[in-house]
Amino acid sequence: MMRDQKLWTWHLAAGVVILFLLGLHMTVMHLNVTVPLKGLNPAGGHPIDWQNVIARGKIGAFALTYVVLLGAALFHGLYGLRNILFELNPASWLKRTVSIVLLLCGLALFSFGTWAAIAGFSLAKAM
Amino acid sequence: MIESKGHPNRLGLWGWLGGGRWGVERYLYTLHRLTGLGLLTYFLLHILVTSSRALGKAPWEQAMNAVTGPLFKLGEYLVFVAFAFHAINGIRLGIIELGFGVGPPIEPVYPYRTSLDVQRPLAVGVLLLAAIIVVMGTLNFWVLE
Repeated sequence: MMRDQKLWTWHLAAGVVILFLLGLHMTVMHLNVTVPLKGLNPAGGHPIDWQNVIARGKIGAFALTYVVLLGAALFHGLYGLRNILFELNPASWLKRTVSIVLLLCGLALFSFGTWAAIAGFSLAKAM
Repeated sequence: MIESKGHPNRLGLWGWLGGGRWGVERYLYTLHRLTGLGLLTYFLLHILVTSSRALGKAPWEQAMNAVTGPLFKLGEYLVFVAFAFHAINGIRLGIIELGFGVGPPIEPVYPYRTSLDVQRPLAVGVLLLAAIIVVMGTLNFWVLE
């Protein structure tokens, strides 16, 4: 399989992962009244209230979904952006530069977001 | 992405606007890209803002207070709408990518038929499903919450 075909297949696979995990995230955060998931907003009120954030943060599986969603969404989004930019037919040196910059941005944001998810989990467990 | 050697994309970004005879699916393609770019922009900022959770209650509440107000609420609502469309239209694209919902291959006999006619119910279904999710979100954002 060609490299671009592999990346495209990963792009689609990441889309499926995002569909489920971001669907769950959106349901918890923005459909909290129309589709209430009490276990994930146990303190009532708004989903971003600190008590609810801590209650969700204590669930290890939930912290894991953050990291998986982060990785899948970064890859899906940045690869999609790369495809759009490549359709403008940039010179090959510019294509390489764009690929490297997006890869570095993706890795940096993934590292930072993973640190935040793990640190948030540790903080919640300690409370 | 497959390399285009013989037929470069001469229209560039302007080609997104030209639905021409391709109909509604071409505009869904444009909307999919625009919502994708919007969601990506929001997501990158979202990572930075929500990471304040790792620093404790005060930084979290400070960060959340910084993104509160009618303008931010409207922005968040638009992100939800973009998500609903992009996710459900993405399912349609996946189904078509795998060769489902496009009908069997047919002989090119005049008057020519296009597989877009076969795909149209899928596009309509996608828009209806996205609309249902948007209505649920609208109620949650502006009426019930």
